[in-house]
Amino acid sequence: MMEWETVIGLEVHVQLATKSKIFSGASTAFGAEPNTQACAVDLGLPGVLPVLNEQAVAMAVQFGLAIHAEIPEVSVFDRKNYFYPDLPKGYQTSQMYHPIVGAGEVEIALDDGGTKRIRVHHAHLEEDAGKSLHEDFHGMTGIDLNRAGTPLLEIVSEPDMRSAKEAAAYLKAIHSIVTYLGISDGNMAEGSMRCDVNVSVRPKGQAEFGTRAEIKNVNSFRFVERAIAYEVERQIELIEDGGRVVQETRLYDPERDETRGMRTKEEANDYRYFPCPDLLPVVLDQAYVDHLRDNLPELPDEKRTRFQEALGLSAYDAGVLSASRAMADYFEAVKDACGDAKQAANWVMGELSGALNREGLAIEDSPVSAAQLGRLIARVLDDTINGKAAKQVFQALWNGEGGGQADAADAVIEAKGLKQVTDTGAIEAMIDQVIADSPAQVAQYRDAEPDKRGKMIGYFVGQVMKASRGTANPQQVNALLKEKLDALC
Amino acid sequence: MALEQTHVQRAAHLARLALDDADADRYLDDLSNILAMVDQLQGIDTTGVAPLAHPLDATQRLRADEVTEADQRETFQRCAPAVENGLYLVPRVVE
Amino acid sequence: MHDKTLRELAASLEAGEFSSRELTQALLGRIDRLDGELNSFISVTADQALAAADAADAARGRGEAGPLTGLPLALKDIFCTRGVKTSCGSKMLDNFEAPYDATLVEKLQAAGTVSLGKTNMDEFAMGSSNENSFYGPVKNPWDLGAVPGGSSGGSAAAVAAGLVPAALGTDTGGSIRQPAAFCGITGLKPTYGRVSRYGMIAYASSLDQAGPMARTAADCALLLGAIAGHDVRDSTSVARGVPDYTATLDDSLSGLKIGLPKEYFGEGLDPAVAEAVQAAIKVYESLGATVREVSLPHTHLAIPAYYVIAPAEASSNLSRFDGVRFGHRCEDPSDLIDLYKRSRAEGFGEEVKRRILIGTHTLSEGFFDAYYTKAQQVRRLIRQDFLDAFEEVDVLMGPASPTPAFDLGANKDPVSMYLQDIYTIAINLAGIPGISVPAGFVGKRPVGLQILGSHFAEAQLLNVAHQFQQASDWHLRRPDFAKETA
Repeated sequence: MMEWETVIGLEVHVQLATKSKIFSGASTAFGAEPNTQACAVDLGLPGVLPVLNEQAVAMAVQFGLAIHAEIPEVSVFDRKNYFYPDLPKGYQTSQMYHPIVGAGEVEIALDDGGTKRIRVHHAHLEEDAGKSLHEDFHGMTGIDLNRAGTPLLEIVSEPDMRSAKEAAAYLKAIHSIVTYLGISDGNMAEGSMRCDVNVSVRPKGQAEFGTRAEIKNVNSFRFVERAIAYEVERQIELIEDGGRVVQETRLYDPERDETRGMRTKEEANDYRYFPCPDLLPVVLDQAYVDHLRDNLPELPDEKRTRFQEALGLSAYDAGVLSASRAMADYFEAVKDACGDAKQAANWVMGELSGALNREGLAIEDSPVSAAQLGRLIARVLDDTINGKAAKQVFQALWNGEGGGQADAADAVIEAKGLKQVTDTGAIEAMIDQVIADSPAQVAQYRDAEPDKRGKMIGYFVGQVMKASRGTANPQQVNALLKEKLDALC
Repeated sequence: MALEQTHVQRAAHLARLALDDADADRYLDDLSNILAMVDQLQGIDTTGVAPLAHPLDATQRLRADEVTEADQRETFQRCAPAVENGLYLVPRVVE
Repeated sequence: MHDKTLRELAASLEAGEFSSRELTQALLGRIDRLDGELNSFISVTADQALAAADAADAARGRGEAGPLTGLPLALKDIFCTRGVKTSCGSKMLDNFEAPYDATLVEKLQAAGTVSLGKTNMDEFAMGSSNENSFYGPVKNPWDLGAVPGGSSGGSAAAVAAGLVPAALGTDTGGSIRQPAAFCGITGLKPTYGRVSRYGMIAYASSLDQAGPMARTAADCALLLGAIAGHDVRDSTSVARGVPDYTATLDDSLSGLKIGLPKEYFGEGLDPAVAEAVQAAIKVYESLGATVREVSLPHTHLAIPAYYVIAPAEASSNLSRFDGVRFGHRCEDPSDLIDLYKRSRAEGFGEEVKRRILIGTHTLSEGFFDAYYTKAQQVRRLIRQDFLDAFEEVDVLMGPASPTPAFDLGANKDPVSMYLQDIYTIAINLAGIPGISVPAGFVGKRPVGLQILGSHFAEAQLLNVAHQFQQASDWHLRRPDFAKETA
């Protein structure tokens, strides 16, 4: 049986989170009525001209800096010529020969805990196309050009990935970088991030690449893995059956979990790229690039390292908490509010993540704010409540109790009377009552071998906690009970 | 570089221009003559000469990221050949 | 009053000799009577013109008149005008009313001018004779059997015939200067980037430039001041101050260094045209200028380079005319490809299709480097010729065209038509300004003297042209056609 190696390269299209289009002043907001955000420039009406959005340039450069890429001084826009109804001018303004971001690299985490560097060939700016709506207009297709002209950063990797998992990890790393930078909302469901996957296989040890298929528009992390898995299997079977992979464009159908060839047009495309005469070369001076570099936010890698080294978190915890900027920001706010990184990490990854997963919510939509959770943890740390009560308080906060302010935990503790009882006299009184009410258990305790008594004390602790409605300090209860029971022996 | 009928047909297809056979023959003649004139360029040594895309050595000016365009769909679609529900209509596109 | 220049009309309006409404009405009457024969207008916008004239008269009444308030003019039908058909001389846009004004149109309106309508042109500005218009050819008022030149032939003919004192044109390879020469008027192509291209339908974006066409250089100076300047909507427009072009018109030419490119006086030049140009140069010498021969060694490559670059850009610029969002759409398309192919085949004329095909071919795989890259390299050599020449001399002079206006229908073959632009095309490739001024006649047909300057030397060109017009009277001649007997 021949051993096969998979070779994968990704082209990721990221919609940049500018307010206006890349070459016009029309809004980029998602979900507007058809063609209400397509201005004369986006529609390609006669005589209109493009003017480049400075924010799109800044965002592209920020991405380049984040992946340690070369930022060329000069970049040039070219026209990619083809006819399609969602492409109003009959050409897409893109960057073919002189992209704004040169070669860089992205580090991905592997399953074995190691990391791998994936090289980025380049990233270039271009304009998005509109949308074709195929529902029936008397056998016609409807064209909505609201999306036309939305800025895209196309990030082209080298064929450095060797498994579907690596490809997914790379896509997640890109997602995490662009959302950290705040240059895209990274929303794959709304198409803010789209991915074309180039897949080929070759016998292990062979230097040349196999013939590749391009799978278009794979639009979720999960689908990337599944589409690649299917495509790899298809190619291997094809070759082992004596066939040959043809270079073609395929579509992934998530419902049937398969890729299939797109109806091939008879002629190959010839995009006739040439420099756009309506736009001039973009020249970035060093001071501008330096300014952007100096103002880059902390990136996922740096954050993960800091979480480990400065906050003492485990590699795993640091990785989980730095995976998205929203998660990291939430965690850091909790940590700042309670003053204990480890407790903050435990709560965010434990109770909070569990509840979010159950309800299918993103951390941005958590009903419990970071400030509220931080206050709750602080109340555990200062012994105001015990751990058991804390879970009750969390549930109450999740349900919206406590008034919604940062100090909602205090209000819940007060209202539910969950404040921990630490008064020795009060605890002793409850213990005396439990001992008096449990003659049989006391007798068993007395008759047991001393080394078995430790286990038996649990019953009494439970009864005392119950009597205190969970508010007694468990450590005190334990110590006092042992003292009193042992005195009876 | 001699021009052939396939070149004319290919260009016409890429440019989405319908040509009948008589058109194609005429364009082959015209285009061949034009390219013969253009071919004077081929004899010129341009080694080391950078292509010039714009007559002035200017650089791109950037605009602030502001929404300046209001919805003018109704006005823009007044000159459209076929619209429905705010969409431009074309014969069905098959992928 | 139809014989007066803009400057003279401005003085008459200011003196109250007549109102802008009276002037507008008089000219509309002439258009009505004479343009049936001439065919210089595609659209005459009488109602809007009279409303603008009334507004101008009211402004003058309030003491708010500027130097151009109430002055009539015409716009080449390549400039988008809100609510008025903008056809670009094409069936493709026969039904197109632009939803916006070109920047140049806005500026002229803001200056208080009165547009009488949209002038005829070669379709999409592709042509040198105005025979490529969907709306039919324009005739030359000096000789109705001759072409007016192109592509701004309607603008040139309308000014020459006294239908309007000035008009706006565009120049991609000579389309202002050559028709100005053929029609015996003054036409200026400014430096690339001097006037905004926003709202001007693109032919070849790196070459197109709008400019004034009028009876005198002084009038061109007045108009250029109104339309020049940076436009935030055009990335290629230049952020550079606009001088008062009228302020330096009277500067002395003593010591002016004139270069005569020897390549502009060689084979193919009509001897009678050469004679007229030489006579004009003698006038300059009498005004204190010195003359020497210079060389622009790559001149012969300008037409080949242009017919790669311009069609390449055009093939892409004209892709937006696809029958989807505006413009001509064929009947009952069977599918999308059919919609594209028939709409475009029906909407575009022969010359436009020819240039789209050439441009598509030269950009396509396997040909791009040999044609497009090569042409852009040669473009740099051509620009360098001019930069070198302007190290030695202040301005260059020569004929605007190798012959006077040719007969309607004379140039059947595209290449022989293209070769007519031998003296004008290099200027667009280099991006420098050029002006054509009347400098004599060959028979009934006018000859134009072309004056070229370095980038942004418009003030100097206008000064040099104006001084010639102070010392000559060719620009004062009027064709018989303009002399109404009725």
